Amino acid sequence: MLGFVLRRSLQALLVLWVMSFVIYGLIGLMPGDPLDVMIAANPGATPEVVAHLREIYGLDQPLPVRYWHWLMDALRGDFGFSRTHSEPVLTVLAPALLQTCKLMLISFALSVVLAFILGVVAARRPGGWVDGFVSLFAFAGISVPVFWLALILIIVFAVQLHWLPASGMGTVGDGGLFDQVRHLTLPVATLTLASTGQFTRYVRAAMIETMRMDFIRTARAKGLGEGRLVIRHALRNALIPVVTIMALSFGTLFSGALVTETMFAQWGMGKMIYDSILANDYNLALVGLLFATLVTLLSNLVADLAYGWLDPRISLK
Amino acid sequence: MTALDATSPLVQQAQSVWKLRWKRFRGHRAGMISLGVLILLVLFTLTAGPLAAWFGIDPDATDLLSRYDPPSAGHWLGMDDAGRDELLRLMYGGQISLLVGLVSTLIGGVVGLGIGLCAGYFGGRLDALLMRFTDGMIALPLLPLLIVFGAVDLTKLGFSSEFAHSGAAGFWRVVVIIAVVDWTQMARLVRAATLSLKERDYVLAAKASGASPLYVVAAHILPNVATPIIVAGTLTVGRVILLESVLSFLGFGIVPPTPSWGNMLNNAQELVTTAPALAVYPGLLIFITVIAVNFIGDGLQHAFDPRSNR
Amino acid sequence: MSEMPAIIDIDRVSVHFPLAGGGLFSGPAPVLRAVEQVSLAIRPGETLALVGESGSGKSTLGQVVAGLRQPTAGTLKFHGRPMGRAEWRQARKAIQIVFQDPFSALDPRMPVSDLITEPLKIQRIGSPADRRQRAAELVAQVGLPLDALNRYPHEFSGGQRQRIAIARALAPDPSLIVADEPLSALDVSIQSQILNLMKGIQEQRGLSYLFISHDLAVVNHLADRVAVLYLGRLVELAERADLFAKPSHPYTAALLDAVPRIGRGRRRRGRSLTGEMPSPLSPPPGCVFHTRCPKVQAICKTTPPVLEPAPGRPRHLAACHFKE
Repeated sequence: MLGFVLRRSLQALLVLWVMSFVIYGLIGLMPGDPLDVMIAANPGATPEVVAHLREIYGLDQPLPVRYWHWLMDALRGDFGFSRTHSEPVLTVLAPALLQTCKLMLISFALSVVLAFILGVVAARRPGGWVDGFVSLFAFAGISVPVFWLALILIIVFAVQLHWLPASGMGTVGDGGLFDQVRHLTLPVATLTLASTGQFTRYVRAAMIETMRMDFIRTARAKGLGEGRLVIRHALRNALIPVVTIMALSFGTLFSGALVTETMFAQWGMGKMIYDSILANDYNLALVGLLFATLVTLLSNLVADLAYGWLDPRISLK
Repeated sequence: MTALDATSPLVQQAQSVWKLRWKRFRGHRAGMISLGVLILLVLFTLTAGPLAAWFGIDPDATDLLSRYDPPSAGHWLGMDDAGRDELLRLMYGGQISLLVGLVSTLIGGVVGLGIGLCAGYFGGRLDALLMRFTDGMIALPLLPLLIVFGAVDLTKLGFSSEFAHSGAAGFWRVVVIIAVVDWTQMARLVRAATLSLKERDYVLAAKASGASPLYVVAAHILPNVATPIIVAGTLTVGRVILLESVLSFLGFGIVPPTPSWGNMLNNAQELVTTAPALAVYPGLLIFITVIAVNFIGDGLQHAFDPRSNR
Repeated sequence: MSEMPAIIDIDRVSVHFPLAGGGLFSGPAPVLRAVEQVSLAIRPGETLALVGESGSGKSTLGQVVAGLRQPTAGTLKFHGRPMGRAEWRQARKAIQIVFQDPFSALDPRMPVSDLITEPLKIQRIGSPADRRQRAAELVAQVGLPLDALNRYPHEFSGGQRQRIAIARALAPDPSLIVADEPLSALDVSIQSQILNLMKGIQEQRGLSYLFISHDLAVVNHLADRVAVLYLGRLVELAERADLFAKPSHPYTAALLDAVPRIGRGRRRRGRSLTGEMPSPLSPPPGCVFHTRCPKVQAICKTTPPVLEPAPGRPRHLAACHFKE
């Protein structure tokens, strides 16, 4: 088991390292130059000054050398400075990470619960009315563009009904819990609705598969009540593949969070990454992306571990 | 004894496997309806040219005085935020979005097929290497990566500035970057299928007669992998359409003036207050397309393997 | 039995499978010895039966003969010549294989006419029109109606599918067919039909069979010579009548005693075997059978016996220190 975790961690580190190099190179291909903004802000910059600045910042050196410098700094904990925020990158990203975690975890929890309820109810009578509606809802969930769903929710609840704020994390002058919750409602609703569809399908399929098995028939023949049957016997067995799939979908969840944060002006990781790419704030973009990769890698590892732990038939080697 | 004539008429016509499948697909209501919807959608997008000609409208001509004009006789859905005919933009945008979906799926599918076949058939170290690579790619967060790829400035890669900003370059850029990140599902699927197929007795029989790997793959493995590939490909189209729309919406996919359902919602915040209908149409079309494609995929799955839980 | 050169001659062939595992801390990786130092020759027109229990290595050996598996050691000769490229090309036509499971032996996507002429297509024999003609002939030979040609495997029963598989094996006009338990997956009533079909084909065309089976009653019906395998080693090789009348090796004797007999008089109390077949991963030292042999002595545990003629019967070979 320990060997498994070690091996996977090493693989994750390798992926992270390769990613850092790839993104570093890609960021170099983005429009603009770190110095362009400086030059634009300072009309007195002559070509000699620019060349000199380039030299100071090491921007005249070839890519591998520059990357190496960045890597060495990063390993020491120095991730550079965010140009747009005028603060060290980590100082900017830490609260953003927290915000995104809030959004993702609340939505994840809600959608898991919803998916289990819907999936189990639908699986009780496959092909029936309820099943039809649930399946339709699930299909809609996986087919809807997240940003459009956000738009619709904004139009209905913010613009037309004026029940909830259209964006932002809090109203000026009020930072209380209720206000925060009001501002989080639409983003969480968007992300939840988008994820529930996918999860519901898995739960439903797993439950139908499990309910068909012989051991359920035996339990029913023994006189076990339907409720206990479903919850204690069927659900436990169906849980195993479903939980792992849910954990593996963290990557997609993050992408959804990125869009949601951008739509609702939530200052999370997703919006950070997006804004920093737009604004050519390379240091921030690079570290933000690596964070995102790390989150996905970790969630995959957790999913595999959970799978091995939940299913007694599997031994992690 | 009369010589046997292999060309003599047969007593009973065989039921080809594909005919059987089509019959089963026909029985899947949601799939059939979706097929109809999809055909209608494609026709809708294709009417753009004739419609523009008939009305005498230039779809790209902006007229800031007509911004947000409500629907009228000459412009059935009104004007968009730059004074262009909304209906025509929807149609042309649909052409682009659907085309990206199709082409990107094809390219990504071919890549995934190739990798999966090699890994599955040849096994051993090649398999281990390819799978490490595939797993590495699966572990990456999709959208952030696509955004980074999409933000690349083509002029820095050596392309001329004129080419870099052309519509064709924009189209191919989106197609390529989506294909590059999206082949992994197909690769895993094909590899799993190949692994199980290559041990079948009929493959061994062919090998005993001296069949080369190329023959085995072409004659036995590909035809038997065709069904899961078709289903996976169909579902991929839906996924790609969603990816392109989100990328274009964020500004890193298809860039204006080329229309795409995604980039028509570029300044959505503004639309929401001034002309909410314009914010609804493009997304609605994406939604309908993708849900139709998904239902068709489901129907195909049912047609190919009726034992799948339904 | 003709004294012409054997179609295929295998000389001290071994097939070892190295398994995963082993390393710095666990010692050397385990090796599965599926076949160990087997020498056989199959002559034109004869049926050589290869018998043994599961795990005896008979399927693996059959795959070696059919060219599906490279032996880890030993040589093969085709018509007396060592196997070079030209010989393999001939061998691919001359040696064909029929498998045990009729349900996975045929590609479900191909119609029967394509299935049975596939060997011809692979070896580029004849034009498509020639092949269609041949398909019709073959289908008749195995007792199937002409309209089967355009049908698909799923429309046929197990016995019929096995006929199709046999037709496929006959397509390139082979001199040897390796039949790997062709009857085991069929219903008993069908077994005799297929068996008779195979006999009839053999008489018509004068071909040889390497008939792999664990069913001695069937072997008694079809074989000219019988080879008995135990744990990958050849323990007895003799003509059929001789083997069934008076087996030389104690393992063969036990196998024959185990065959259920219906309607016979006195039930002969044979000496039954104790224990289970050891794992091919760690074969016992000396004679591999010694752990279960009723005749076991000290020498059996240390010295592997050589395959040599039994006393007074020069053409009856057995590998036992105490052969009869």
